[in-house]
Amino acid sequence: MMNCRDATCLMSEAQERPLSIAERVSLKLHVIMCSGCQNFKNQMGTLRLMTRAYAKGETGTLIRKDNIEPMDKSS
Amino acid sequence: MVTDRDHKDNIQQAVNLLADAAFLEDIRKQMIKFAMLQLGDGHLAEDAVQEALIGALKNAASFGGRAALKTWIFAILKNKIVDTLRHKQRMVNASSLLREEDDDEALSELFDQKGFWQQDERPVAWGNPEASLHESYFWRVFEACLERLPPKQARAFMMREFIELDADEVCVAMNLTTSNLHVLLYRARLRLRECIENRWYLQGERNDELP
Repeated sequence: MMNCRDATCLMSEAQERPLSIAERVSLKLHVIMCSGCQNFKNQMGTLRLMTRAYAKGETGTLIRKDNIEPMDKSS
Repeated sequence: MVTDRDHKDNIQQAVNLLADAAFLEDIRKQMIKFAMLQLGDGHLAEDAVQEALIGALKNAASFGGRAALKTWIFAILKNKIVDTLRHKQRMVNASSLLREEDDDEALSELFDQKGFWQQDERPVAWGNPEASLHESYFWRVFEACLERLPPKQARAFMMREFIELDADEVCVAMNLTTSNLHVLLYRARLRLRECIENRWYLQGERNDELP
């Protein structure tokens, strides 16, 4: 059976390319039995959602000075 | 329909906002941070931000208000960054390649010898991702986690997810093979996921300390 390392690797790659049928089947079999990888799978979509929200400036607070100062290493 | 009058008001509004020193300084800092993450070079980042702000001033008429202005300025910046990346696609920074090497070790500790999650590393269900997006502390955690990524992973991730380039375009911009890119993105996602989980979801979805 596929292990978690291979399963997470495939779930990440699925964000860039369509998986083959064989990959999808063995991934599905693994994810059904592995709650950690089930969570990981949902989180891939969530990470994308978060990063896009961040890119669009939907964060509401980013523009505030106090959020920027501590992490500004460029100055 | 946009009348001449509305049009003039928009221009005036843009000019006023961009002349507001505090507003400009805030947005400039944020832009530089954004550009730095992707370009990995302070000078290139400064240049891209400068050009984007000049572009914004020149075309001040085409936006509708403060929120839209910010989105719009960042869209201009995004284009500048893509241009810059395309120009420097041949330049590979050897020192940043070296630094990435340490990385394998930290990530291999997530899994046991057979490649299954270590007990305490197994991903947990994230409470309410949608709600997190409205929390200012969440974004602070998110930014801190992004900035902890090794530089090359951060760049690959930001180009792919933030600028939304295709995988092929990222490969060209960073001079990578497809499988290199998959590895970089995989590691970036593993790290980012873990960082957000530990610093946000396992903290009860709030964080009273500075990350």
